[in-house]
Amino acid sequence: MAFVAMVLLSLAAELISNDRPLLVRYQGSLYVPVLQNYPETVFGGDFQTPTDYLDPFIRQRLAEPGNWAIYAPNPYGPKTLNYFAKAPNPSAPSRDNWLGTDDRGRDLLAQLIYGFRVSVLFALALTVTGVVLGVLTGAIQGFFGGKTDLAFQRFIEIWGSMPELYLLIIFSAVFAPSVALLLVLLSLFGWMGLSDYVRAEFLRNRQLDYVRAARALGVGNWQIIKRHVLPNSLTPVVTFLPFRMSGAILALTSLDFLGLGVPPGTPSLGELLSQGKNNIDAWWISLSTFAVLVLTLLLLTFMGDALRDALDPRKAES
Amino acid sequence: MSEPLVTVSDLRVAFAGREAVHGIGFSIEPGEKLALVGESGSGKTVTALSLLRLAQNAVVSGQALFGGQDLLSMPEQTLRGLRGQDIAMIFQEPMTALNPLLTVGEQIAEVLQLKMGLSRAQSWDKAITMIAETGIDDAPRRASAYPHQLSGGQRQRAMIAMALACQPRLLLADEPTTALDVSLRGQILELISGFQRRNGMAVLLITHDLNLVRRFADRVLVMENGHVVEQGPVDEVFARPVHPYTRRLIDSRPTRDPAELPTAAEPTVVMQASGLQVGYAVRRSGLAGWFGKGEFVALKGADFTVQAGRTLGVIGESGSGKSTLALASLGLLPSRGALRVGELAWGVTATQNQRMRRTVQVVFQDPFSSLSPRLTVEEIVGEGLLVHEPGLSAAQRREQVLLALQDVGLTAAGDDQGVLQRYPHEFSGGQRQRLAIARALIVRPGILVLDEPTSALDVTIQKQVLGLLQRLQRERGLSYLLITHDVDVIRAMAHHVLVMKDGQVVESGSLADVLQNPAQAYTRQLLFAAA
Repeated sequence: MAFVAMVLLSLAAELISNDRPLLVRYQGSLYVPVLQNYPETVFGGDFQTPTDYLDPFIRQRLAEPGNWAIYAPNPYGPKTLNYFAKAPNPSAPSRDNWLGTDDRGRDLLAQLIYGFRVSVLFALALTVTGVVLGVLTGAIQGFFGGKTDLAFQRFIEIWGSMPELYLLIIFSAVFAPSVALLLVLLSLFGWMGLSDYVRAEFLRNRQLDYVRAARALGVGNWQIIKRHVLPNSLTPVVTFLPFRMSGAILALTSLDFLGLGVPPGTPSLGELLSQGKNNIDAWWISLSTFAVLVLTLLLLTFMGDALRDALDPRKAES
Repeated sequence: MSEPLVTVSDLRVAFAGREAVHGIGFSIEPGEKLALVGESGSGKTVTALSLLRLAQNAVVSGQALFGGQDLLSMPEQTLRGLRGQDIAMIFQEPMTALNPLLTVGEQIAEVLQLKMGLSRAQSWDKAITMIAETGIDDAPRRASAYPHQLSGGQRQRAMIAMALACQPRLLLADEPTTALDVSLRGQILELISGFQRRNGMAVLLITHDLNLVRRFADRVLVMENGHVVEQGPVDEVFARPVHPYTRRLIDSRPTRDPAELPTAAEPTVVMQASGLQVGYAVRRSGLAGWFGKGEFVALKGADFTVQAGRTLGVIGESGSGKSTLALASLGLLPSRGALRVGELAWGVTATQNQRMRRTVQVVFQDPFSSLSPRLTVEEIVGEGLLVHEPGLSAAQRREQVLLALQDVGLTAAGDDQGVLQRYPHEFSGGQRQRLAIARALIVRPGILVLDEPTSALDVTIQKQVLGLLQRLQRERGLSYLLITHDVDVIRAMAHHVLVMKDGQVVESGSLADVLQNPAQAYTRQLLFAAA
């Protein structure tokens, strides 16, 4: 539950950590900077550029009588540079930056929140594609068996022997790195472990008596898969899911750490870790990133156990 | 009377706060054959295990005196000395009770080295002698065989050799013959009796099979739900059972009450097979396996007919091809030869198959694996309607499901007790088997293939289920193809009998002919073993 709460919170990251105020009243009219960009001229500035709400001049204008602004609890976005920090970057935790800043002056808390969100969404997407591909191929292999099974198995063996990391390096050199590209590449290799589990379950379940009884009733292949074999084969899938997700988070983090992951500028836990390595005396960077990672992975593991118990009709009753 | 070998008093065994054995007491005399009888869940195995303190996670209290020492309170070390040496145990399933990675000779020799302090060479020689004594041919060669290289009967003999290696004073035999074919059961019991006479050891036989008790034991102890409800000499208990439960157990031999049709009328044939063959592809051994698949023929040309409203009983031991015959007649296995259901044959067109599926339905042996654990009763029983009468609305379907459940006696009329939304694991074995019958009956088939429909059930439940099947046959004129290894079931149910051995039909004919004048030695052997 704690994990779900963390994910939901991070989905609303814009409301928690943002350099733009949530709501502004300026000279009688209402502005919603969190959703819309306003040029500085709106608030009495000189330039047509988007407003920098942390600029002391703008702050002063917004603080005039009759005007007000509601800021996010943590008034920094993931890319916001704190030009007005009192200590050199990376600066230690202070009242302005609760967890300090990184070596470019970006707020660490904001980075962690947005980085966590990217990781989780990425892992979720990767898991979903992995499960769909894995269950599909596993089901086909296990249910039909024989030659189909053999062909798929050999294909998986060949596919699985391709060096994933080198492919990633090559592709990140050829194409402009992007989250979508990374997702596609990792998905292509992420389904094999699961498909083995599903295949084994299908092979076991398809020769059980209730499947035979369904065949004797004249139920079609597709219906047998859907009603009888699949639901009884999903236990390993469900148990596997959170581990798959934590695996995906770790994969993304380590790729980012190596600089092969998401494009620069995207908030990412891996990039923070590599900053922590480069600025070893800025303990707040490595320590807080580490804490977020451990907590995430731990919660995912607990979730796996809970999910499996919850989905078992035999246990649900007692 | 001499001093008893074991005196158990007020033995209580509890698992996680729930008591499974409620303060029982009994004694075993030296050299006595005592049988402990009860149905599954009666606490008989737990009782035996707790004598050796082998029951896991159990809280055991009470007293079990063995030669003046209390087995239940003595130090673990002393008890370990007794186990195997003075008290030995044999288990139901020799395949899992033997270590698959050691040869049987090594396993027997290990006991001898541990308990008797023999050297390697001595113990090996002794092991071979033991194996020879249990009647395994070619003992020196068999001693270096691994458990999977032996047949079921040989494995159980090896287990016995291992248990008796140190000439124990008490042998605990937990369903020693249940996993074996009928014709082997007698031999194994004979073997245990022989050792018992020679060594003067006492035997505690745990079983649910009253035939065994009658043949083997001197005294019997009947257990129900953790209580000993009756005990006494076998002859007396069987002749004059006092407790109603004992009476029920003794009456549980299935009674014959099938539909007796007027014999004059020419019977309609609903299923006919001639020269029915089924083969499985197997890998050839050695180099030949590279060039093609071999074939193992499980069914070597069977001829049979099933008549309308009658039961054809197929009897045989494991590996005789009787289950293969069942699957082939359901069209679930590719077969050669002619098989007609009414006028139709399997595998001609998809629509024809579908029509035949409606005519031939099946009930499997194990009600725990034949019902999908993740579907509700309504989904399981109603599935056939989804396929064969897709036009029905959900409400109509539910109505039919309820009717089918009433037909099999699972619910009373007008009272569904919320059964529809329950899952299979909430039902007992007998109830599950009724569910499986309801699932088959809902599409109103003419023929029901019953593949060992009662072998997984307790004897009293078996009687009820067979009674139900007989009633349904009378009421609906169903034809049964009944596969079983149990002569009692055949005697109660069948009109015609097919005896199978090694994939071949060795004898067939009407029930009376086959049972009273068996033509084949094999049939006589089967009948004798079951008597």
